[in-house]
Amino acid sequence: MTGTRWDAPARDELARAWAEALQGTSFVALGRPELRQLTRRLADTVAAAAEDPGADIAATGEQIGQALVDAHFTDSAAMDRTVALLGRQVVGTAEDPRLPLLSGAVAAGYTRALLGVVLSEQEQIRMAALHARDRARAALQASEARFRAVFTDAAVGIGIGDVAGNILEVNPALVDMLGYPAEEFRRRTVAEFLHPEDAASVWDDYRELVEGRRESFRAEKRFFRADGATIWTQLTVSLIRGPDGDPRFQAAIIEDVTDRHRLTERLAYEATHDPLTDLANRSLFLSRLANALADPTPGARVGLCLLDLDSFKVINDSLGHTVGDRLLTAVADRLTGAVAGAGSSALVARLGGDEFVVLTRHTEPDELDQLARAVLDAVAVPVTIDGYQLAVTASIGAVDAPAGHSSPADLIRAADITLQQAKAEGSGRVVFHDPDRNATQLTLYTLAATLPGALDRGEFTVLYQPLVRLADGQLHGVEALLRWQHPRFGTLGPDRFITLAEQTGAILPLGRWILAEACRTAAAYRDALPGLLLSVNIAVRQLQHPGLVEDVTRALADSGLPPDRLQLEVTEHAVMTADPAGPPAVLRKLAELGVRIAIDDFGTGYSNLAYLRRLPVHELKLAGEFLANLRDPASADPADLHLVSMLVQLAHGLDLTVTAEAVETAAQARCLREFGADTAQGWHYGRPTTLDRVAAAPWPATGPGVS
Amino acid sequence: MHRLATKYRARVERPEWAPVGIDLDRPSAARVYDFYLGGFHNFAADREMGRQAVQMWPELPEIMRSNRGFLRRAVEFLVDAGVRQFLDLGSGIPTVGNVHEVAQRRAPDAKVVYVDNDPVAVEHSQAILAGDDRTEVVQADLRDPDAVLADPTVRRLLDLSRPIAVLMVAVLHFVPDQDDPAGLVARFRKAVPSGSYLALSHATAGERADRAAEHRGLYQRTATPMTMRTREQVERLFDGWELVEPGLVYLPQWRPEPGSPELDRPERMPGLAGVGRKP
Repeated sequence: MTGTRWDAPARDELARAWAEALQGTSFVALGRPELRQLTRRLADTVAAAAEDPGADIAATGEQIGQALVDAHFTDSAAMDRTVALLGRQVVGTAEDPRLPLLSGAVAAGYTRALLGVVLSEQEQIRMAALHARDRARAALQASEARFRAVFTDAAVGIGIGDVAGNILEVNPALVDMLGYPAEEFRRRTVAEFLHPEDAASVWDDYRELVEGRRESFRAEKRFFRADGATIWTQLTVSLIRGPDGDPRFQAAIIEDVTDRHRLTERLAYEATHDPLTDLANRSLFLSRLANALADPTPGARVGLCLLDLDSFKVINDSLGHTVGDRLLTAVADRLTGAVAGAGSSALVARLGGDEFVVLTRHTEPDELDQLARAVLDAVAVPVTIDGYQLAVTASIGAVDAPAGHSSPADLIRAADITLQQAKAEGSGRVVFHDPDRNATQLTLYTLAATLPGALDRGEFTVLYQPLVRLADGQLHGVEALLRWQHPRFGTLGPDRFITLAEQTGAILPLGRWILAEACRTAAAYRDALPGLLLSVNIAVRQLQHPGLVEDVTRALADSGLPPDRLQLEVTEHAVMTADPAGPPAVLRKLAELGVRIAIDDFGTGYSNLAYLRRLPVHELKLAGEFLANLRDPASADPADLHLVSMLVQLAHGLDLTVTAEAVETAAQARCLREFGADTAQGWHYGRPTTLDRVAAAPWPATGPGVS
Repeated sequence: MHRLATKYRARVERPEWAPVGIDLDRPSAARVYDFYLGGFHNFAADREMGRQAVQMWPELPEIMRSNRGFLRRAVEFLVDAGVRQFLDLGSGIPTVGNVHEVAQRRAPDAKVVYVDNDPVAVEHSQAILAGDDRTEVVQADLRDPDAVLADPTVRRLLDLSRPIAVLMVAVLHFVPDQDDPAGLVARFRKAVPSGSYLALSHATAGERADRAAEHRGLYQRTATPMTMRTREQVERLFDGWELVEPGLVYLPQWRPEPGSPELDRPERMPGLAGVGRKP
């Protein structure tokens, strides 16, 4: 073998062939260029050994084997192909006796190197596994310690059991909570902690949990303590599954919520009970009433006895609140006793003040009747408080309705109206609800409710009814009359709402308004209707109100209407019954302004003529009742004719003019003219209408005038 | 009670401090992969499973080598593209030719964070990487991207305001559909800036659906069962990334080295690979 045998091209050729042989035998740590670098290095090593007769073949083989393993050619195929390559390209062509040893030396070196790698990598992975396991164990211990601390020191009770219900472990808090020693828990099963009042759902949920159909549940549950007492708990049970997913254990977290529960109950009780009498309060009553009315049972009826003490205010005011309160308590006891005595499970509630209610659910209407009377009798028995023997009576408004047909509000309103009727009829009575009467009352109720805002909403208008001079049929004046354009009931006359307005006080703003409005309108027609007298009604409350004179003064001043063109109508009743220091003085002041005063509806009250004499009155208006008897003078009772004639003479004797109201026929008009009455008004002459139409009508009136 | 406590914890949602169990009798995907690549970082159970798999599917080692080759070429491509930060999710046992070696050979300043949930693999990686301050390993689960991204080591080594290569090489087929692999990829995409890359390879049944099923069955034994996905499903993982040339291809077809022998039937290597850039 000559030195030229291992020149550069030969080495390249060996490196190329070697790279090709190794390609695909290992794990691509190297890209192709790196692989060529490696095999070139190996080829150089082989060449160097071949060219140097003194080279150590064993060491060369060792070096090559090590290099292959270092480059991760750890698959036996790499060795196989290397040995084959060396045999073909190096050993087989050489005369050097040492070279055949090279293949064996490479194999030996490769094996040693590979063994080193195997041992080292096995060592590495084993150490990694050990460390990982140590780490896991340490973490497990830490976790176990944490769990133990939580379990032992938790303020909530914790119990762990298997899915068969055997209790395996309980923490000290649970031992304290229920009072059994831990050993006793372990002898018992979960089922033994059943409480007879447990909700069925608790145990349904429990079964689903241990069967693996749910992962956890929460419930409020009672437990018996070892001492027999019952505690309330908030229970949370979670399912613990094994690695295979099967249910294995259950963990229960139990919190004692007895105090909270009692407090909640207490608060709920206080929210629904009257602190004085311990009866149900309005809120509880309303919810029970709603329930009762929602009862779908056929034939179910709901009854209410609304009860109010007749003279409670007197007792309270005269004997003091303490006695009053004790009386209310005594009445409450009587009511409860009467209801129980009647074998009824009715609810007795105090709605406030001295107002009580008994709510029944029954099927026969007369059950309510019996109960109402029993209650009335019970209250009527005198009560002795602080040595006072108090005889109290109560009034009851009773209502009975089939469930499912009324709303609670309707029923209460009906009972309220009925109670007002009972009180109006005298004390100590039961009145049963009458739907017809109630309808009127309901309308009144609605009117009363809508009245206060009606003025602001512009729902009132003023109409004018002609006052006609009987002598010549000429227009003498007009009476201003209110109309309420009610959004629900249509146009309402004063008869429908004036009493209500008086009761509610709405009459004051209303009276002030019509006065100003009518004066303004009449003043505007001064040219069209010269000398027209405007007559405006003044209600009792207005007469009693200190601002009346000022209101009249302002209405006149603002409108420019001369005072003698205004006439104020007051009822006989208002003047006669009023405090002498009140209305007469007011009337005098009004008269001093120059305003005319008319007594309206004269002859319907107990007229005190002597008193009338002293008042500054200018006119009497005969009540319509007198005229009703003269509708057909030919067939009228002579006494009635005589009465009207006498009244006209009486008025004239007192220097008063006379106006007849409600003149409906020509015969009536003729009759009045004969008697000498001054003026008349009524449908015969014209219904109330706008002042425009009054002005447009032909005067003097010959027949029915303005329509 | 000790046993009870362990079981108790096992099923209740695991708090961060509760340990993962170490069971060396159970094959680990990371160690089986090492076995396929000719490594000796594995135990009898791993080798047993690996041998069974190879018996069923003789090309498996070649497929694994193919995948390893893709990883190397992809990392080289990324370094050449200027990326200096690598987040290798599901890194396993850092066998030869791993990311930091490949990357740092080309760019010594390249930083690499390996992430795996196999405690033994992580422990081993830590042993190998001890003393290397540009390479770290973190034990975390890539199915919890927030935890990975918030990890202090990740934060310390990687600058999330500069481009990062997210590597998900041969790992998402261990994530079942119910864990929403596309959502996980998207979460990482949102966390990295524009100019970042995703390198991903994924097992696909390809034309060997019969073998794939058996193979999947085998992996049921590991802690990480396998989900093969179709090309369309793998393409969807690249939503929001722009695939660089040559797109999503079989492992050996991704930017093969010049002079490599032309592969006949590359679909024999039924893994799809691609690299995407975040625009």
